[in-house]
Amino acid sequence: MNGPSRRVRILVTAIAAVLLAAVATTAVVVGRQNAEPAGGSARGRAGTAADPVAGAAADVHFPPGTRLDALSNGLLSTVSLTDPAGPRTVTTRRCDRAYTAGGTTSCLTPAGALSAPELLVLDKESKVRHSIDLTGLPNRTRVSPDGSKVAWTLFVGGDSYAGGGFSTRTGILDVRSGQRIDSLEEFAYFRDGRRHRAVDINVWGVTFAADPNRFYATVSSKGVRSLVQGDLAAKTLRALADNVECPSLSPDGTRIAFKEAIGADPAKGWRLTVLDLATLRRTRSAEARSVDDQPAWLDDRNLAYGLQRPDGTNDVWTTRADGTGKPAVLVAGANSPAVLPAGS
Amino acid sequence: MYLSTIGRTELPPDAGGPGRRRWHLVGGNVLALGTVSLITDISAEMVTAVLPLYLVLGLQLSPAAYGVLDGLNTGATALLRIAGGYAADRVSRRKAVAGAGYGLSALAKLGLVAVGNSVSAIGLVLAADRAGKGLRTAPRDALITLSAPEHALGRAFGVHRAMDSIGAFAGPLVALAVLTAAGQSFDAVFVTSFCIAALGVLVLVLFVRDHRQARPPAGTVSPRAVGRLLRDRPVQRLVAAACLLGLATIGDGFVYLLLQRRESLSVGWFPLLAVGTSLSYLILAAPLGALADRVGRLPVMLGGYGVLAVVYLLLHGPLGGPALLVLVVGLNGVFYAATEGVLMALAAPVLPERLRTTGIALIQSGQAIAYLGSSVLFGLAWQAWGPAAASRGAAVCVVVGALATAFLLMAKNSPERQGTSS
Repeated sequence: MNGPSRRVRILVTAIAAVLLAAVATTAVVVGRQNAEPAGGSARGRAGTAADPVAGAAADVHFPPGTRLDALSNGLLSTVSLTDPAGPRTVTTRRCDRAYTAGGTTSCLTPAGALSAPELLVLDKESKVRHSIDLTGLPNRTRVSPDGSKVAWTLFVGGDSYAGGGFSTRTGILDVRSGQRIDSLEEFAYFRDGRRHRAVDINVWGVTFAADPNRFYATVSSKGVRSLVQGDLAAKTLRALADNVECPSLSPDGTRIAFKEAIGADPAKGWRLTVLDLATLRRTRSAEARSVDDQPAWLDDRNLAYGLQRPDGTNDVWTTRADGTGKPAVLVAGANSPAVLPAGS
Repeated sequence: MYLSTIGRTELPPDAGGPGRRRWHLVGGNVLALGTVSLITDISAEMVTAVLPLYLVLGLQLSPAAYGVLDGLNTGATALLRIAGGYAADRVSRRKAVAGAGYGLSALAKLGLVAVGNSVSAIGLVLAADRAGKGLRTAPRDALITLSAPEHALGRAFGVHRAMDSIGAFAGPLVALAVLTAAGQSFDAVFVTSFCIAALGVLVLVLFVRDHRQARPPAGTVSPRAVGRLLRDRPVQRLVAAACLLGLATIGDGFVYLLLQRRESLSVGWFPLLAVGTSLSYLILAAPLGALADRVGRLPVMLGGYGVLAVVYLLLHGPLGGPALLVLVVGLNGVFYAATEGVLMALAAPVLPERLRTTGIALIQSGQAIAYLGSSVLFGLAWQAWGPAAASRGAAVCVVVGALATAFLLMAKNSPERQGTSS
């Protein structure tokens, strides 16, 4: 080969190595700066609250003093529901999922590339009352209306050897006693009144009733995802209806908002739907896009849920529970909504 | 036979007797290619190690969507590999085609930073990355076969694969170091990975010698010539043996998953199991390659099969605890060291030099596609019969595969080796 001499080649390689090392070091330094607290998302480029969003302003009205807790760029924040586009109080508390009810806030901290997530339970003064180390990827969290129970769901394992076979782990913490159930899979599961035994049971998406001993959740076994009613004291789960995921109980306790897999196949996406618990009648909401979230109720008539833009930014949308009206953006650049009634 | 003489002029004359360890026969070009692979593999494994985390944590992709991205393009990559191999033979520019593959993969790392959160764009970038890998492997291995004398091919591939797996071993560790230093920024990992890959391309350009002959006479590299190659009995046997090898391996993912279930390991252990396998592979690749040169490549490869059967039996055997982990991970590396490079060393003499890249691409594609099939089959067997019966079944398949390989390659192999080592 009649190319440059060996010395020249080694010199060129060395210079290039130094230059490339400088580029890599710059990337590391920039990454570190972006990761500083309050420096935005981990990627340093998530949308801000001021980003324009297509969609009409929400036409919902709330008593003065009603607030909405949500995550803005992953930070715990609060906005007045009488002016949801208005100024937001943003804390420095970083969560992947959060929910607030009855003076208790649950926060699933993000699983970092190197760090496992935690469940943080905060009181009204934002003081950490409990912190629990968890493994997996944060998925859902809810607090009972009286603030006495916290539930969480994480994806565990399976995520790196996908092929559809993910698995979840769901637990419940009693905030006052500190007692906790690590996995609802231990509960006895009944279908059509008979005990159902299977190894492939997954439970996710708990929502609590006013009586915190009673809850609803999703149980999946043999490819069927069912709504179950759970009893904490009796340690039982009873199937009520199939093809219901991520239930959310209305404040009056009569209906369940949930995501319904199109054609019972999650690969086709989900429709935001409401189930009447007395009649088991389903009403599809006016939201035509696929919703992959556990919805929240703003009041007995309006739902809130997160939708992701193509660039990855989340917005909280709202639509009516009775299937009428048109979906609208409630809070731009936010997710994990939870309503705080006036005076709470 | 088809022994390459080009490039051997730079090697010192074979002064040592047969008893001496003749590592110098491996040659500078193989070391240069090994260096390129080492650097490139650091870059590639950095991304592989953080990609699931990035997609699921950074972009909040659901695991199902990740599975779709992950399974993308395996078949297309195999086809591209054959096309790339054929192109490299046709224009007799193996280094250029390999370089294009390395360059494409390097650019894909920058692409990951550039495309942001769009899932479809990320899918395209990952496809480009894999296309680059498909493109470069066969011409690189062909260059290795042309850069070392035939009786030292086992060593040459052993040294190359050892350097390659040093990269695979270091990649995840470098990624973790960058993540720690950069406040867990994924972009920093991708940019660093690009810089390392770019250095690899530069080393290839500056230090690897191509083996260019005069353009092949018309007809020597043509679709018809490939057709003739495919009708050649020894080549058919080799491709069949490669497919058997692919069919016999259920994949590291399953091995680690079975270990994890048996020992209730937490998810965080997965990367360490892979690192352990790489470690065993990198330590043993060169010695086993040398052993293959001495006692014969086929016996070493069959020994590798035997070890794999033991691995599958151990997964539900009497042993447990840390001893099981170390043994399974170590033996898994032994299997790779005894089969991966050795198969290429076994193949090279059978493939005519003009069509060697195409031939290697055919063999590697056959193995890759068969492997894909065996993973699916094993997944089904696991569901139907449970993990214990499925892994024992896999061990039986390995033994059958080894017997069939012995039957396929025994007759044809040895006379050719003798005929070319003079």
